[in-house]
Formats: sequence, structure tokens, C-alpha cells
Amino acid sequence: MTDTTHSPSPDAFNLKQALKDAGFAGMVTFGLCVPIVAFRAEQDMANKLVLQQRWWMALVITGLVVVARFLFSLHQHSRRNEHGPQTSAGAAGVLALIKPYLAPLGFGFITIYPLMMLAMHGPGGSIKWIDNFGIQILIYVMLGWGLNIVVGLAGLLDLGYVAFYAVGAYSYALIATKVIPQTFPFLGVWAFWICLPISGLLAALWGILLGFPVLRLRGDYLAIVTLAFGEIIRLVLINWVDFSNGYAGLSSIPRPSFFGIPFNASDTGFAAVFGLEFSPIYRTIFLYYVILVLSLMTAYVTLKLRRLPVGRAWEALREDEIACRSLGINTTITKLTAFAIGAMFGGFAGCFFAARQGFISPESFVFLESAQILAIVVLGGMGSLFGVVVASIALVGGIEILRELDFLKEVFGPTFDPSQYRMLVFGVAMVLMMLWKPRGLISTRDPSVIYKERKAISGSMVQEGHG
Amino acid sequence: MTTPLLKIEHLTMRFGGLVAVNDLSFDVRKGEITALIGPNGAGKTTVFNCITGFYKPTEGRLGLKHPDGKTYLLERLPDHHINWKARVARTFQNIRLFQGMTVLENLLVAQHNPLMLASGYSILGLLGSKSYLKSEKAALDKAVAWLERINLIDRADDPAGDLPYGDQRRLEIARAMCTDPVLLCLDEPAAGLNPRESLELNALLTSIRADGQTSLLLIEHDMSVVMAISDHVVVLDYGVKISDGAPEEVRNDPRVIAAYLGVDDDEVAAVEAEVGL
Repeated sequence: MTDTTHSPSPDAFNLKQALKDAGFAGMVTFGLCVPIVAFRAEQDMANKLVLQQRWWMALVITGLVVVARFLFSLHQHSRRNEHGPQTSAGAAGVLALIKPYLAPLGFGFITIYPLMMLAMHGPGGSIKWIDNFGIQILIYVMLGWGLNIVVGLAGLLDLGYVAFYAVGAYSYALIATKVIPQTFPFLGVWAFWICLPISGLLAALWGILLGFPVLRLRGDYLAIVTLAFGEIIRLVLINWVDFSNGYAGLSSIPRPSFFGIPFNASDTGFAAVFGLEFSPIYRTIFLYYVILVLSLMTAYVTLKLRRLPVGRAWEALREDEIACRSLGINTTITKLTAFAIGAMFGGFAGCFFAARQGFISPESFVFLESAQILAIVVLGGMGSLFGVVVASIALVGGIEILRELDFLKEVFGPTFDPSQYRMLVFGVAMVLMMLWKPRGLISTRDPSVIYKERKAISGSMVQEGHG
Repeated sequence: MTTPLLKIEHLTMRFGGLVAVNDLSFDVRKGEITALIGPNGAGKTTVFNCITGFYKPTEGRLGLKHPDGKTYLLERLPDHHINWKARVARTFQNIRLFQGMTVLENLLVAQHNPLMLASGYSILGLLGSKSYLKSEKAALDKAVAWLERINLIDRADDPAGDLPYGDQRRLEIARAMCTDPVLLCLDEPAAGLNPRESLELNALLTSIRADGQTSLLLIEHDMSVVMAISDHVVVLDYGVKISDGAPEEVRNDPRVIAAYLGVDDDEVAAVEAEVGL
């Protein structure tokens, strides 16, 4: 990082410089805080705007930044004076030691997670933990893994991934509310299971339709056109009211059944059939396992494909497109398969999302969603499945946990709403990443085939792709 | 050994008003090493790009006749078919390896098309079919055989970008050879090599010729390589062929000497003696 600008020998800690840096950071923060934090216009009872002054808050934030910047200088200093390679080898050693247990432990945890929550919080209290944390994070893990195929493996920067999520969600919503009741009403309880593959296929089809004209573009141009595609889909959904019911969205979307047994309070419902007392928790737990299986399927397919010729061709395409052409690889088809398969998983996730919510509207598919999924992939380290999981937990879980921080109200007053600070989670995550892990949490690449010995490939070697 | 493998007829490539290659005709004969030489900017790489499908020639015909008698017109094939169907492979002047992939992976990517068929366009591969696993094993064996041949087997699991320059050159040739070409086009394979590496390269190229499956066409500035291994030399200057023949003939062609050294014909002998030609 900044090491190159300093002398490599162990240098004395430059207190003056550190204080200067901290003071400068404090000045910048205070300058920013004056208009944003220190003054606040609020409506009073008579709907009049009253200017509030919150200088103490600006000062607290400034103080925090000064301290953080100073600690960072200290940290940089101690890192410079350690023997870098040795410590990282030590850390790698610890990682290598726990690595074999990481996958089974993690897998065991996510499998029993809903039951654990049920035991801890009871049927009423655990819905929040299973739904807001478990299901929400798993949806983003799945979306992250889907986008990872396009961005991480094939190196095609796609800023409109949410379009395929929307295609999946609307496919399910429209087929389940309009087509199935009119044509095959007896299939009603099976709607989710029939529409799941259809949504994925339709999303893949849209991936190919988008891919054909777009894949001649590279890099920034590709990114902009995919961004536009995402917006076009959303605007069509808003404006084609006959088709999608516009802003109002589609409601009373059938919820998934337990393979034909609906989750309701009737005599043929899940609870009655299995002799349980009716509770909405069963559906939530079932949904959790559905998205868990869907995500694991995504991971399994991705891992398999990486070891097949098509996966290697994706990565080769990211490394050097011209060399690929000289080796007889059809780059158009290869890019299209990456787009289609990535879109297909987005479609599955969308179908699940519609079934879980029971209501969808174009509001759910704004650009911010694409940005969040892309942030998860980038933060996780491009191409790394495990990194995507960690990044989803950090970003999505971080946002959800803000809702839980009610005690902050006692610190900052009753009007303080921590969930309004969710963008801060992004900001902090991105800044931390820039400082410590510029290539994402997991920056090494795992070879797809080995001759004798598995050696991780340093991220500095791997290309990021340019369209 | 004089059957023409690739017949280049009246090849012309214009970029706007610039004529990079003008009415060029020559043959690449089967089982030979043909060298394409010429001063900088003579249009050699343009000829390569036309042969390997990166450019579509403005005029001309590039007929490649396979040993089985089938003829491919390279100027009409889509670029990925030039390697896959017509079996023409190439390397690049500035090495283009997949740097973040291992040495072994580089050689497997080169066998993409046959493996793709064997994996049933990934479907059989996803299901883990026996026939695919067998083809994958065969592809690995082939890659390993090439790594042994170019002495890089100990580095099979290292990223290609970590290799020293000379090794990267050899790996790029091995990668091209993994596509089973009938014609291998090498763009300045000896550039940046030290004399020892250059000798190793000569040995590798002559051994490929000795295998009998692949004919070679190379662009080279290093005359020690050209004169030592090539059977046939074509000289380009300003996009026009100025000489064509055995190395001995070309070396003594006054037009070649003039193009390279830029002197009057009567001074040639003196200059020649000076540079040790």
C-alpha cells in the first residue's frame, strides 16, 4: 500500500505526521459535518421548518474520525515494522489449519440455524431471525453467486443484474396469478414448483437476448449498456400497466406449498396434516430450506462448471480474449453462456423472492439492488464463492442488524433511527476494503485443475477482465 | 516435401489509404519451416493477422490444403474456426498467456473445443459421465507430455505469469501445439531470448518439424534463428515481397541486403563483411 513511499527499514513512529494526518482528517470531517449534521431542518407541529443545531453531534463524529485516523497510522506503522511475509504466513497457517473444518462447520450451522433460532426465541420471536437474517442473506448469497459467474469468472461487468431478478419474479407472479388459475386451476398448489424452472429459463432467455447486441461492447461501455437494460426492464414494468399493473405491483401471489400441501390453517394444510398447531413459522422455516437448497445448487453448479471446459474458457476470456480467439474458442457463445447461466440463477432467486413476499412491485428492482449485489461480489473477492458468503453476511446482515440497535435511541435521542444509516454500512465496508483488502476478502484464485500440488494464485496475477 | 500447404495468392490488406500488404503471393510448404522476414513495418504481422483470422484481407485468397485433401479458404472462415476447423494456431509478438491461470490450465484451455464436445456442451460433464472423464484424462496427459517436452513440468501448478520470459515463450508455443495444428504461426518467437534460450527454441521448433504433423511459419528478426532452422525464407519490404527462396539465396540477394542495410549495391560486399553475414 503506502509502504513503497516509505523507507523499508524499521522507522521510528512519526508522531508529528500521524497527528497531522489525524488533524487533517478531522478538519475534512468537520467541514462535511457542518452542513450535513450540525444543521438540521425539522418540521414542528405547525408544519413549519425549524432549524435545529446539533454541534455536539458534529463534534462527536469529528472526534471519532480523528481517533480512527490516528489508530490507523499506528497500525500502519506497526505493520511496516513487522516482517510482513512472516506474519501473513502465520495467518495463512492458522487459516490452513481451520480450513478443513470450515466447510462442514459452516454447513452444519446454516442447516440447523432455523431450528436453533426456534429453540432460542420461540415460534413468535424467531420469524424475524429466520426471515430477515437467514432468508434475506441467503437470497443475496444466491444472487451474488449468480453474478459471480458473469463478473467474477467471465470478467463481464454487469450493472443491470437486477433485471434478471425482476424477470424471474414477474414470471412467477404473472404465471401463478394469471395463467395457472385460468388454464390449469388444479395445479394451483404446485404453482411455485412449476414456475421455478420456467422463471429461470425465461431469465436465461432474457440474458441471451440482452447478450447478443451487448457483447460486442467491452469494459465501461458494456457496464453502461447493462445498467440501461436494468432500467429499461424496470421502466417497462412501471409503464406497461396492463401487463404488470405498474407501480401498484402484483399482489396475492401464491405462496409455495410443501410439495402440494399448502401452509394454511385449513384441514388440508401443513399443520393439520402433520398434526401440529397452526403457526406461520413452518412456512418461514420451509422457505429458509428452499432458498438454502437453491443457493447450494448454485454453488454446486458453479464449482462444477469451473472445472469443465466452459468454466475454464470463461476464466481464460477474463484473462485474455484475443488469446482465446487464437485458440479457437467462440468468444460470443462463451460470453452468452456466462450471461445466460448467471441470469438463470438470478431468475430462480427472483421467483423465490416473489413467492416469499407474496407481493412485488418495480420498487424492489431498482439500480441500488444491482449495486448491492455487485458490491457483494466485489467485496467478497471476484470469483470466490466463500468471499460472497462473508460479504453477504457483512452487508445484508449489517443492514438488518441496524434495525436491531434500538438502544442507540437512548444515546442519540428518540428520533434517531439507526436503519436510516444503512448506506453507512456500504461506505464503511468499501473503505475498509480499500485499506486492507483491495482485491476483496478472498483475493486468491483456486486453480481448476492440479498436477501435483494445489497452489493458490495471488490476486495480483489474476486479471479483472475488461468486458 | 514440396507440396504447398498454404497458398497465399494476391493478398492485399488496406487500412484506409495505407496499403500494409500489397499483392503478396507465396507458398508455405508442407513439413517445412518458412520464415517471413523484413524490416520493421514491412507488414509481416499484418500477413499473420490475415492468416489467423484477426483481419479480413481486402483482397486475395488464402487456401489451406489439409493432408486429407480438404481445402479451407481462410479469408472466409469465422475467426474461431480458423483454429478449430482449419487447424491454424499462432503465438503473439507480445506474449499472450492466461497469466492468472496455472501452466497446466493454459494447456487445457487450448483443448477447449474437443473437450467441449466430449463434455456434451457441459451437460454430460455436469453429470460426471465416464466418457467425459476419459477425455479429460487424455487432455491432461497431452498437456503433461508437452510440459515434459518443454521442461516446464515442475512448474505445472504455478501461475503462467510467474514464469521467466523464455519459459513463457515456450509455454505459448506448447499451448498453440495443444490445438493439434497443421500450420503453426509464430510471431517473433526468439524476441527477448538469450542465446542459450534461443538455441533451445531452435531445437524445439526443429523437433516439431520432425514430428511431421505441423508445418511452421515464423516471423523473426533474429537471423541466427532464421538461417539455422528455416527451409524457406520470404522477405517483405513495404508490404511487397522482395525475395523468396532458400536461406542461402535470400541471404545473398542484393535487394534484401539493401532493404535491411539501406546501402548501394556496390557497397554491399564491404558492409556484409563488416556485419559478418
